[in-house]
This record gives sequence, C-alpha cells and structure tokens, in this order.
Amino acid sequence: MQNNLGSEAYFRMLKIRGFEQAVTQLVTEGEVPGAVHTSIGQEAAIVGACMALNRDDYISGTHRSHGHPIGKGAELAPLMAEILGKVTGVCKGRGGSMHFTDTSVGSIGESAIVGGGIPIATGAALTAQVKGTGQVALTFFGDGASNEGVLAECLNMAAVWKLPIIFFCENNGYAAVTPAAISHGQPDVAKRGEGYGVPGIIVDGQDFGAVYAATQEAVARARRGDGPTLIEAKTYRFDEHCVGLFIKGGYRSAEEVNHFRNERDPVTLFRNKLIADGMTDGDLVEIEGRVASLIEAAVAFAKDSAFPEPEEAFELVHASPIPIRR
Amino acid sequence: MTDNNTRRMTYLDALGLAQREELEGRDDTIIIGEDISLYAAGGAYGDTPANRIRSAPISECGFAGMAVGAAITGLRPIVDLTIANFIYLAADPIINQAARLRYMTGGQFKVPVTYRASMWHGQANAAQHSDRPYPMFMNIPGLKVVCPATPEDAKGLLKAAIRDDDPVIVFEDNDLWGKKGDVPLDTEFVVPIGKAKTHREGTDVSIISVSGCLRHALKAAEDLARDGISADVVDLRTLLPLDNEAILGTLAKTGRVVIVDPAHRTMGAAAEIAAIIVEDGFDMLKKPVKRVVTPDVPIPFSPPMEAPLYPNPSKIAAAVRELM
Repeated sequence: MQNNLGSEAYFRMLKIRGFEQAVTQLVTEGEVPGAVHTSIGQEAAIVGACMALNRDDYISGTHRSHGHPIGKGAELAPLMAEILGKVTGVCKGRGGSMHFTDTSVGSIGESAIVGGGIPIATGAALTAQVKGTGQVALTFFGDGASNEGVLAECLNMAAVWKLPIIFFCENNGYAAVTPAAISHGQPDVAKRGEGYGVPGIIVDGQDFGAVYAATQEAVARARRGDGPTLIEAKTYRFDEHCVGLFIKGGYRSAEEVNHFRNERDPVTLFRNKLIADGMTDGDLVEIEGRVASLIEAAVAFAKDSAFPEPEEAFELVHASPIPIRR
Repeated sequence: MTDNNTRRMTYLDALGLAQREELEGRDDTIIIGEDISLYAAGGAYGDTPANRIRSAPISECGFAGMAVGAAITGLRPIVDLTIANFIYLAADPIINQAARLRYMTGGQFKVPVTYRASMWHGQANAAQHSDRPYPMFMNIPGLKVVCPATPEDAKGLLKAAIRDDDPVIVFEDNDLWGKKGDVPLDTEFVVPIGKAKTHREGTDVSIISVSGCLRHALKAAEDLARDGISADVVDLRTLLPLDNEAILGTLAKTGRVVIVDPAHRTMGAAAEIAAIIVEDGFDMLKKPVKRVVTPDVPIPFSPPMEAPLYPNPSKIAAAVRELM
C-alpha cells in the first residue's frame, strides 16, 4: 500500500474512533441531547468505502451517522457542535447526531428512517447520470435496512437504469438488538443483488484494504456506465446500539464482543498492516497526535458555541417562504 | 370565449400542456412515474430528451424517494403517482425526506420536487382508488399542497409547483379531467401558490370551496340567486398554505359561511378552515359555520351507495338555506 494512501486512511479511521470516544464521553457528562449511535468497530468499512470516492461523489447514510461524513473528509468541529445542538452545528442544530449532512464533502444526508438514505443516494445517482457529471453515489445502510422493501425497489431501478451507485451494506450482525440470524432468510445480504441483476460482493469489513479494493472496482464500474454494485462489508459494532443503552439479559455474548475488540479491531489491524508495510511507529504516532488535537479542538469549539435562539425554529422551513402559522 | 392568447381545452390537457412546457423549456426537469413510456409514445412530452422521461417499475416508495435525492442534487423532478391512493406507498419519502431535508440540514438543500396525485372518486372504483388525501398532507410542515379546480388553474398551479423550490403535491380532481375551460397559452403563465380566487361575488353567504367542489358551489349559487340569495364563491386553490386573508375577507362580506370539501368530515380541510374562521373571525359570524363534506365511511363500490356521499349542489344549497 502506498504510504500516502495508508496514512490518509489511518488518519480518517482514527478521526472516527476519536470522535466517537469524545462523543461518548460528552454523553456521560450530560452534554448531549438526544440519542447517539457510534461507529466504533466499523471504521475500516466506512473509510475503505469513502477513500474510493472523490470529494464530489455523493454519500448517504444511516442513524449511525457520524463516521460517514468524517470518512468522506468533513471538518470535525461543525459535526461536534451539531451533536451538542449548537448554532454552529453543520445543520445549525436542526438535525443532531442522527442526521449529519455536509454537502461540502458530498454528504447528502444521514437518515434516521432505516433505509431512508437508500432512495436519496439512488436519486443523486440519477442526477449524475442525467447531467452527465461523472459523479457516483454510495449509500451506506445496515443489515437491518436490508429488510426494508425500498432497498429491493432501488436495487431494481438502479439495475434497470444502470445508475452510477454503490449499495454499501455495513452488516454488523444486529439490527439494534435483533440478531441478523433471526431476521434474515440467509446470512448474506450481497446475495440479494443477483436477483435484481446487481453484482453482490462480500468483503471483510475489518480490513481496510479489502473494502477499499472492492469499492474502487464498484466505483470504476459505475463511472463506466455499467451500473450498480452491492457490497456487503461484514463488520461489528463494539459498543451498544446507542450510547447509554443497557439491555438486560443480553442479546450478544461478552465473549463475542471481546473477540472482536481484541482480535478484530479494524484500527489495530490497520496499524499493524501499515507497520508491516514499512511505515514507522513515529509516523503513526504523529498522525495519532494530530487526530487527538483535532478532536480536542472540535470539543472545545462545540462547548464554546452558542445554542440557537428559540425563534430560529421558524427559519429555513422553505426555500420559497410561505407564512408560518404558529 | 377564446382569443389568440387562450385555448379551450380539458383540465387533463391543461395539465399535460403545463408538464410539456416545463419539460421542453428547461433542462433540469425530469418526469418519473408508472406507464410514462406509453404517454411518451403518444407525444405527451414533445421533444424532451429520453433520459429525462423515466418510466418506472411499480415502486412508489423507491421512485418518490429517488426524486428527493435527484431534487437535492440539481434536478427538478415531476413524480406522477397517478391515483391518489398510491401516495400512501410513497408517504415516507414525501413526509420524512422531501418535507424536512431543507430544515434538517440547516438549509443546505432546496427540494424542488412535484408530486402529482389524481383523486379518482365518484366512478365506482371502491375505497382503494377513491381517496382525497390532501388533509393528511396539510399537517406536514415543509410541504405545499394545491388542488386546482379549473383547466386554467390546472395549468397555472402545476407550472408553479414545478418551478417552486419546495416540495409541492398537486392533487388533481379526476372528475374534472374531461371538463373544458379557457387556458392561457403564455408559457410564462403561472398561478401563484397560496392565493385563493373569487369566482362569484355575493353579499349574503360565503361558499368556500375545495378542489372539484367549485362547480357544485357555482351551480348552488346560481340556484340560490333565483331565490334572491347572493352567494360569494371562493375557491381556495392552495390548501398549504391556506389563504387566510381570502377566507376572512369573504367572511367579512357575508357573515355566513358554508365550506364545501370533498374530503371526509373528521380533520378534513374544512375543519381547519372552520377553525381559522372561529379563531380569527368569530365576531363577524352571524350564524355558525356549516360544512358540506364526505361522511366518515370508506367509499363503497356500488354507485347507489357511492354517489350520495359526496358534496353536490343541492346539499350546498340546503346548507346555505339553513343559515339564512
């Protein structure tokens, strides 16, 4: 792997990890309104997909929202401010943790409606095709969303119209607390592509290189005009469905969680790979330091920012304003 | 009367003309819907390039949502949902995405998408093909909702919807498809969203009408005039936003109001109009507000059961007489 690619990928994966750890800390401090879902454990899948895209390619995503725009290169401070509901937030405090959108990096919306981002990205791919811009779209969704009918509808339409889109499933094995084993007729989401004429690829979602290579190929196919690809990254969510959620009785074993944390941590695996490929510990420590400063600055920015005024709730409802009735 | 600037045509042809003008005259419009290829073969979209005419599989949720994604990235989609009941299958992307994405993203997007839904009723199609669902969408901030009642307004409001930078649902009255009227041929003609229209001036009673009920209201007003009752007939045309000024303006002229609305009674458009009158115009009321609406039953198939359910001129006239 080229050093500049590797260090950029490591930088982005660490930014996601550090961001999520900082958000978790803020939740325990009581600073965060609303629910927060973290992507710790899924960083290689996210960054592997995003690194195969250009800055102006489109991504849409899920309620597990933070990693996707960060993986695409978004500034951290406006994202952190959004989580705290501040006026400097990327969505001006109107979206919060589950709805990050940063059009400056092609992030056209995370959605708290499971599967909701899938048609949005498919529509963005339609725009790219109609306008002939050469852009592609990638939609992140989970194993839970794979059971929404809208995925079937969009796979089919994307195949019929050869849309430049990648359907990217982060299969972390659990839809909230329901195991895929009791909600999928067979374990591989990727196999569902074939029925619609969409190639389905399974990759190890803990392996940045594998995800990156598979997504690059899918992106090339989309840009050539050969249509969509369904990629399923088998991954794992290290923390609970949302921060602070405690499920009595347990839906997954401590052994399973510990196995992934200890043996299958994508950040650790990638760090080891970079060392094996010739990067020095010093190189990586430098990146780690840089990320720590960025996270610290983002938290400070978010904490120091003001809340919106209540009256701002009445702004930005329409692009062509109409009277708002109160 | 027809002059060089207007042509007499049906409501359906007026909708078709609006759509064709906005497809041919711009390069960012696109039409998506079921059976679109058939209409394209019939010349409905003129010389619009084929890549902007999308005949979709029967996947309402999928293509209604795709239209939102296309709208926020630079296209101006027209989604033909055909029969209004099918909008329920597309309700999630319309409500959760189209109506809210601008707001939820802090203004990063505009969402210029138009949904067309044709309200088939009174034609023995039973309850799954006969709904008038606009009241539900009046309760969704972020949307705009229009209900044209004449061929002229059909053209002007559909064009305004397509040109608007926000999501607009155009609820068409299928009962009007074959009705004719004079339609302006100017390609820049639009009817502003949010403005009601007075179709008949009167002093004794206001008949405030929604959608295709306008023709029944005008017929009732004619019949009432023979008895010396002068009715002011207002067609709201847009239901979100409501034209409060027009509602209170006609009330000020007459002090008596009958609201005619083909939706069901409970939480129909008429309920909100009545609330505006009672909240903001109570002192002008000489008599209680009356509603002529569709009762709260699913629409039955058999014509003798179906036909009497909807507002008609005699029900409207009877309601007016109770106020006099």
